Amino acid sequence: MSLREVGAVTGVGETAYSRDSGRSVLALQLEASLNAIRDAGLDPKDIDGIIPYAGAVVAEDFVTNFGIPDLRFSATTPLGGASCVAGIQAALAAIKAGICRHVLLPIGRNGSSGGRIGMRVQQMPQFRVVGEFEMPLGAIAPAQLYAPMARRHMELYGTTSRQLGEIAVSTRGNAILHGNAMMTRPMTIDDHQASRMISDPLRLLDCSLESDGGAAIVVSGAEYARDLRKRPVYVTGIAEGHPDSPSAITQRPDMTRLGLAKAAPKAFAMAGVTPADIDVAEIYDCFTYIVLCQLEDIGFCKKGEGGPFVESGAIRLGGELPINTHGGLLSQAHVVGMNHVVELVRQLRGEAGPVQVTDAEIGLVTGYGDMGDGSVAIMRRG
Amino acid sequence: MTNDSYDKPMPEPTPDSAPYWAGLQQHKLLLQKCAGCGRIRHYPRPMCDACYSTDVTWVEAAGRGKVHSWTITHHAFVPGFRDELPYVLATVDLEEGVRMNAQLRGADPVSLRIGLPVRVDYERAREGLTLPILRAEG
Repeated sequence: MSLREVGAVTGVGETAYSRDSGRSVLALQLEASLNAIRDAGLDPKDIDGIIPYAGAVVAEDFVTNFGIPDLRFSATTPLGGASCVAGIQAALAAIKAGICRHVLLPIGRNGSSGGRIGMRVQQMPQFRVVGEFEMPLGAIAPAQLYAPMARRHMELYGTTSRQLGEIAVSTRGNAILHGNAMMTRPMTIDDHQASRMISDPLRLLDCSLESDGGAAIVVSGAEYARDLRKRPVYVTGIAEGHPDSPSAITQRPDMTRLGLAKAAPKAFAMAGVTPADIDVAEIYDCFTYIVLCQLEDIGFCKKGEGGPFVESGAIRLGGELPINTHGGLLSQAHVVGMNHVVELVRQLRGEAGPVQVTDAEIGLVTGYGDMGDGSVAIMRRG
Repeated sequence: MTNDSYDKPMPEPTPDSAPYWAGLQQHKLLLQKCAGCGRIRHYPRPMCDACYSTDVTWVEAAGRGKVHSWTITHHAFVPGFRDELPYVLATVDLEEGVRMNAQLRGADPVSLRIGLPVRVDYERAREGLTLPILRAEG
């Protein structure tokens, strides 16, 4: 029993990304969803499963607006930034069980013009423990909660701010090439080093954007995926992983290890490949350090060697492991990583234009959320 | 109304955590000790993850520990912390084997290191709310 090749991503869609959409969150999600459904060559009424991002928009909103006649499956996967990829696992499980054929995974928000991050996370149940015991002390926003993980990594392994800067700089370069990104000004390591400190060691340019926008995908059963409009991108390995002490980073036995460290070996075993087989990777990048830690937890390099690994140029376009070819959450837009899935699918279809990784056949996408939840999918071009 | 000028996040104690917050009011750092197996746990919660007992006793921590990691915050995510910037948030391994988080006061940032000895102190934040703080062991 495995989810290997049970389904494929058959459609991807996005809205424009901006600082002020002037539109409702539901309108953003419907536009992205319609784009994804049409990309697959489907009609909205073909959708029989929906996994919305846990929040203001629910499956019923899509039934109402798309006139879906027979929704057979709905669920949420509330893992913060790990939700989107974890949602693919839930979709595949439902498809494997024979419940549904075409599952829509929409996300969208007014993360810039609406509620800002410091206030927003306080509403999330995954932040309840931190909300009671740490926020009153002044540890409020993710930057403050995550920074001690980065600091400990630096103290133990000698990781530097300039190495974190390489992640921000290479990601910005990709965003500029890509074209559909909020950040369009070139960045140097010196720019990164000159950016103001938010919560040491995380500088402004170590932090992701706050964005308005939406993105969506359609996951279809393998037997239905073959006959759709676009070349299917099959999911060959997928897993979610929850860290020890998932409610508070403070109490984590090993602060330099994320839930992804549990998930990645399962996904690779399911897919029957190793990290060396990955041609392109879209790594959840709410903060530069979280990228570095995930590269280690996946096994692209050893624990503690993420700094030299990124500094070598490995993660740049043309490097041994190009990552975040769309500009990620750091420079494209923060739509909770659904844009990472969209980009991976385009890479594996050969649709990635100026940021296309040559002959990309096997790729990987991750999610990271809340106090260290992780999710990872390995996909191959069909 | 004057008290409601307090513009920082307020804890909402639960039946599981009320003794912890009450202890701080009396300048005591109280930790849950499982009445079933004796394991000490933190933050306060209903169940022991080793033996699943919901019975606890509360023990007073010695108030000594060592820095596990830290961050120095330069940005106020809510207005109430603006006047305190920059401030050090330290994660500390307590002698009792659990960790706590608090602002570390009076430490030179360049002196911060893993293993730095600290002690717990207390600070009245407002009527009915005392918070733990940390000071470098002298």
